[in-house]
Amino acid sequence: MSMSAAARPTLRQWLGAENPASRLQALCGSLFRMLSAIARNPLALVGLAIVVALVLVALFAPLLAHGVSPLAQDLPARLSPPGAAHWFGTDELGRDIFSRTVYGARVTLVIVALVAAVVVPIGLAVGTTAGYLGSAVDMVLMRITDIFLAFPRLVLALAFAAALGPGIENAVIAISLTAWPPYARLARAETVTIAKSDFIAAVVLQGASTSRILLRHIVPLCISSVIVRLTLDMAGIILTAAGLGFLGLGAQPPTPEWGAMVSSGRDVILDQWWVATIPGIAIFIVSLGFNLLGDGLRDAFDPRSR
Amino acid sequence: MTSIAGEATSSVGAGSGHDRTGSEAIGFLSRLITRAVTLVGSLLLTFLGLTAVTFCIGRFIPIDPVVAVVGDRATREVYEAARTAMGLDRSIPMQYLIYLKKVLSGDLGNSVITSHPVLADLIHFFPATFELATIATLIGVAIGVPAGVMAAAKQGRPFDHVVRLVGLFGYSMPVFWLGLVGLFLFYGKLGWVLGPGRIDAFYEDIVNPVTGVILIDSALAGEWDIFRNAFGHLILPAALLGYLSLAYIARMTRSFMIDQLRQEYVTAALIKGRSFQGAVWRHAFPNIMVALITVIGLSYAALLEGAVLTETVFAWPGLGLYITRSLFNADMNAVLGGTLVVGTVFIGINLFCDFLYRLADPRLREA
Repeated sequence: MSMSAAARPTLRQWLGAENPASRLQALCGSLFRMLSAIARNPLALVGLAIVVALVLVALFAPLLAHGVSPLAQDLPARLSPPGAAHWFGTDELGRDIFSRTVYGARVTLVIVALVAAVVVPIGLAVGTTAGYLGSAVDMVLMRITDIFLAFPRLVLALAFAAALGPGIENAVIAISLTAWPPYARLARAETVTIAKSDFIAAVVLQGASTSRILLRHIVPLCISSVIVRLTLDMAGIILTAAGLGFLGLGAQPPTPEWGAMVSSGRDVILDQWWVATIPGIAIFIVSLGFNLLGDGLRDAFDPRSR
Repeated sequence: MTSIAGEATSSVGAGSGHDRTGSEAIGFLSRLITRAVTLVGSLLLTFLGLTAVTFCIGRFIPIDPVVAVVGDRATREVYEAARTAMGLDRSIPMQYLIYLKKVLSGDLGNSVITSHPVLADLIHFFPATFELATIATLIGVAIGVPAGVMAAAKQGRPFDHVVRLVGLFGYSMPVFWLGLVGLFLFYGKLGWVLGPGRIDAFYEDIVNPVTGVILIDSALAGEWDIFRNAFGHLILPAALLGYLSLAYIARMTRSFMIDQLRQEYVTAALIKGRSFQGAVWRHAFPNIMVALITVIGLSYAALLEGAVLTETVFAWPGLGLYITRSLFNADMNAVLGGTLVVGTVFIGINLFCDFLYRLADPRLREA
């Protein structure tokens, strides 16, 4: 074996290395394996495309809506059917439903991102602490988790949303408060296995503090399963948020939120079907996308389900 | 029909069966007692937690419950008197203890809106939800379980893909939207089903509410017109919730079955000459029963909790509609009572599943 051949591995070899030399290489490698697993699964690829499309639509909403404001009212043209002037028709205040649907992607994306940002740290903190410290701490934390699990999710979210007052921020808090327990369970289960491994014993002997072990050694190993679970949960989060919006406890008018838009079309469903139907289709497509992607990720990460 | 798992089970059963000595019997008894105590203890803890959470939510609702009773034009004296009468001037822990004592004696307070006791209201509204949830779960189990098993048996073939897609669609569908579209198509355009509500006003309060479940009551009274009317109202929301429950049950059944079919005992049974269908239904299927009961229990509980959105869309007078309507009217007692009852139902279903496990899996009977 010559030196020159060993010195410059191809990109593919570098990404697929068994023993990565740096943190960066390990990260790129696992990202590459994930993407290639998704690329081999056509349904997951469709899911990924839908999620990417959601992000793009949210980013370029003003461009896609051709400058038509989602809030601009045109009362003479109210409830006009889909056509050349209004691709998806207009609602009861003459607002363009296409523009509102496009802008609604922003609201959905914001809700989903905020819930993820709240739920993952809480779940990881509770789960890894309970799993690593064990005994009394474990029992107390898991009991609390069980209590939250024992509640009907939507009813609890409703109660919170009603207690805090309607609005997007409060809907996010309400959903997060009901969505974290499964993550705590998951992180705890992972932690219990990881905590028994030799490398944890090794860092304990080296004198690492508990918080360092949790943050630097256990949490990074829990992340991948948490992300898979999160992708699978996204659909549920979107549906709960839309449900709260439908009941009037989520985004407030005139925000173009899909659930609230369906609700506003409720009274005219028999005569002007498009008002309620089109935003509903948007909700359906986006949650289907997250479900397909999540399924693909789970198949790629969990060898048992293959 | 002896599988490897079956043999293992029977040998365990024989070991603890007839030659049990005195000390073993005592050990068995003490295990049983420990089990019962842990079970009751954890149930009590969960129940206490439930009441604590409902109590806390009730405390930080920004709407003043006193104003909800006396109105915002009441004088200072009337307001203070009502506040004292409602016990809101005591300390928070004291209020919780009073609340707990009342809950345990079955007193959930009076609903401000209907001015009936909340418990009576809940008992009045529960049968509607029960009727809907039970029929939906029956649909889900009757179709979902066989579909999931067959999809697993034909893994990777077209039937499997169809079941997976039907499941995924059910998972991704906003239920309130599906309800509206269903009403638009089957009620508005085709006229195959009856509209929102549980029964036509014309038929209301004719049959004696023995069980509160209209289908059973009208059948008992022999009022078949009413039965047909109630059925026409029920079929669409029940089919819709049944589809959601089917999607979940089929998906879980499929993944449990795939796990089992990969086990060696299935291969062993096939080598011994069992037909593939026989191996699937007689060997693998019994082994997923425990997991399946959990899944069915969970989905039933979720439906019993009052499919809030479905009940809203179909104006179905059940728990979900009662809780949401109370929420919007700041009827704290009704909301908290409803949430508490729903949580308790959930605990009850868990307990019932725990009991069913023992019937389904002989290995758990001795544990």
